[in-house]
Amino acid sequence: MSADAAPPVKARGLVKRYKDVLAVDHVDLNVRAGDVYGFLGPNGAGKTTTLRMALGLIVPTEGTVELFGRDPMRQGARALEGVAGFVEAPGFYPYLTGRKNLELLAALDGDGAARRIGEVLEIVELSPRAGHRVGSYSHGMRQRLGIASALLRSPRLLILDEPATGLDPAGMRDMRRLIRRLAEQGMTVLLSSHQLPEVQELCDRVAIVDSGRVVYEGALSDLRRQGGAGYRLRTTDDTRALEVARLQAGIERVQRDHNGLAFQADERAVGALSLALGRASIGILTLTPELATLEDLFFRLTEDGDEAGGVASAVVEPRASDDEELVPTR
Amino acid sequence: MSSIASSPPATAARAARTRRPSTLTVYRWELRKLVSQKRTYLGLALVVILPLFFVVFQNVHTRHDRGADNIFAAQITQSGLATPVLMLLFLSVFMLPLAATLVAGDIVANEDGNGTLKTILTRSVNRGQVFAAKALAAVTYATLAVFLSAAVATAAGVASWGFLSVRTFSGTVVSAPEALLLVFASNAIYLIPLLSVAAIGVLLSTATRNSAAAVVGTIGIVILLFIVAQIPGLEGIKPYLLTEQFENWHGLLRTPTDWAPIAHSAWVCALYGVPALIAAYLVFLRRDVAGG
Repeated sequence: MSADAAPPVKARGLVKRYKDVLAVDHVDLNVRAGDVYGFLGPNGAGKTTTLRMALGLIVPTEGTVELFGRDPMRQGARALEGVAGFVEAPGFYPYLTGRKNLELLAALDGDGAARRIGEVLEIVELSPRAGHRVGSYSHGMRQRLGIASALLRSPRLLILDEPATGLDPAGMRDMRRLIRRLAEQGMTVLLSSHQLPEVQELCDRVAIVDSGRVVYEGALSDLRRQGGAGYRLRTTDDTRALEVARLQAGIERVQRDHNGLAFQADERAVGALSLALGRASIGILTLTPELATLEDLFFRLTEDGDEAGGVASAVVEPRASDDEELVPTR
Repeated sequence: MSSIASSPPATAARAARTRRPSTLTVYRWELRKLVSQKRTYLGLALVVILPLFFVVFQNVHTRHDRGADNIFAAQITQSGLATPVLMLLFLSVFMLPLAATLVAGDIVANEDGNGTLKTILTRSVNRGQVFAAKALAAVTYATLAVFLSAAVATAAGVASWGFLSVRTFSGTVVSAPEALLLVFASNAIYLIPLLSVAAIGVLLSTATRNSAAAVVGTIGIVILLFIVAQIPGLEGIKPYLLTEQFENWHGLLRTPTDWAPIAHSAWVCALYGVPALIAAYLVFLRRDVAGG
C-alpha cells in the first residue's frame, strides 16, 4: 500500500509493559484520512503512552503502529514525514526565544520549513512575543508555540495530546476553532483530550481507553445511538405515570426527578407507554427524546463494571480487515 | 489566538517531503544551544581563571624558581612558555575532566528532563543523527576547553615572562617557536584520555537520564581510578587505568620524543572510550523517551 493510500494511523495489538505494570493492553487504532479522531480515557489509561509509541518515542513491548503505512520504530524519521504534534506539554528550550526555538526545529525539519516561521507565529498570534525567551512564556503560550512548531511541518496528520490543558476559556475556544479549521482543510487530527465537550464538538470518531484497553472505537454517533436512546416525560400526574412506566414492557431505567420522568426505551415501547398513559387518564405534557451525552457514555464505559454494563453490550470496534464495518466485540 | 479562526491557515496538505537535514545541521544547532547556556561558560571559566590567577599570583609574589620539583615550575619566570605546560600538569588531573564532564554528562539527560528530546526526535532527523551531533558537540566543547586554557596560559605567561626558549623534561633546551609547537601538541595528545572521559559522560547522560547523576558519576569514576592507582598490590593494572593516561603527553617533552607512552595511551583510552560511546549510541537508539 502506498503512503498516500495507507491510513494515517493504524495500530495493531499495541502493548507496553513496564515490569509488572501493563500500561497499554493490545490497543488497536484506526484513524482514517480526514478524521478528527478523539482519544479519550481517564488519567493513567494509557493514552499518552500510546501516542508516544505512535511517534516512535517509546518501543512497544508487542504490536505495531504505522503512520501512513510506515513504522516509526523501523523507519525512524522517514515514518514521521507528514506527521507532527506533541505529547504531554510541548518541550522547548527555555533559554532560547520562541523564534529561535522554531528556527531550530525548522532546521531539523528541513525542506523549507524555516520559511514558514513568520506565518505560523501569526497563526498562533505569538509574533509579538517571538523575540522573548520561552522561559518567560505562560503555559498557554507554550501550548500555542507547540501548535506553531507542529504547523511548521505542514502535516497531513496532527497528533495533539491534551492541547487545551492549562488554557483559559478563550484559549480553549480558539484552540478548538484552530483544530476545526485545520480539519476542514483536510488535515487528519488525532486528539487526546480530557475535555469531553471538546471531543463531542470536534471529533467524528473516537477511541475510549480504560486501564490500557480500548473499550470503544468507532463513530461517535454510533456510540451515542447504541448508548441507548433516552426520553424525558412530563405528565399531569408524574407519580402515577411512574407506576405505569415501571409496569410497561420495554421501558428501562425509569427515574423521577423535578423535571418529570427519564427513561430509556425504543420507539415501539414509547408508543405503547403513551397509550397506557392515556388509558390511565394521565395527560402527556411533553415527551422528548434525549441522546446520551458523551460524558454519560464515557463514565459508563470507564467506571465500574455494573455501571458499564448498559453500554458495554453495545461496544463496537472496527474489524482489522474492514475499517468501514463495525462489529460487536463483547 | 483569538483570530485563529479567521486567519487563513497556510498549512495545506503536502506530499511527503524528500529532503532531510544533514547531521552537520543538527551539530550546528547543538553548538548554538551550547553557546546559549550559562553552564557552558562555567566550565570554560574554570579552566581559564586558574591560569590567569596563577600568573597574577606569580607576578605579585616574585618567587625563586630554584628548588622546584618540576622542571617547568623551576623555569616559570624564565620563559612564558613554561606556564602552559605547568598549567596542563595541574588542570589535566581534575579541572579539565570536570569541564568536559559538565557538558558531556548533561548533553542528553538535560534534554530528556526538559522534554526537548521528544521534541527534536519527532522532527525529520533520525536518532543516530541526533546522537552523533551531541557526541560531536561534547567533543568540540572538551577540545575548546583544553585549547582555550592553553591559549590563555600561553598568552598570560608570554606577556609576563617573554617568548623565550625552555628546557624540556630531558633537560634539552628548545627554541620558543618549537616550544610553542610542543605546547600545542601536548594539549592535543592530552585530548585522547579527556575524550574518553567525555565518552563515559555521554554514556551516563544517556543511560541515567539525569544530568547531576551523569556528571557526578563520571567524576566519581575518575576519582575512583585515582584511588585504585594508589592501592598497594594493584601496581600491575596501573598502566591500564584511564587516569594514568592523563600524563601521556609527557613523552612529547623529552628528547628524543618518547612515543611509547603515547601509543600505549591511545589504545588504553580506546578501550575505555570506544565501548562507552558504542554503548551510549545503542542505548540512545533503543531507549524510551518518556521524559518531560
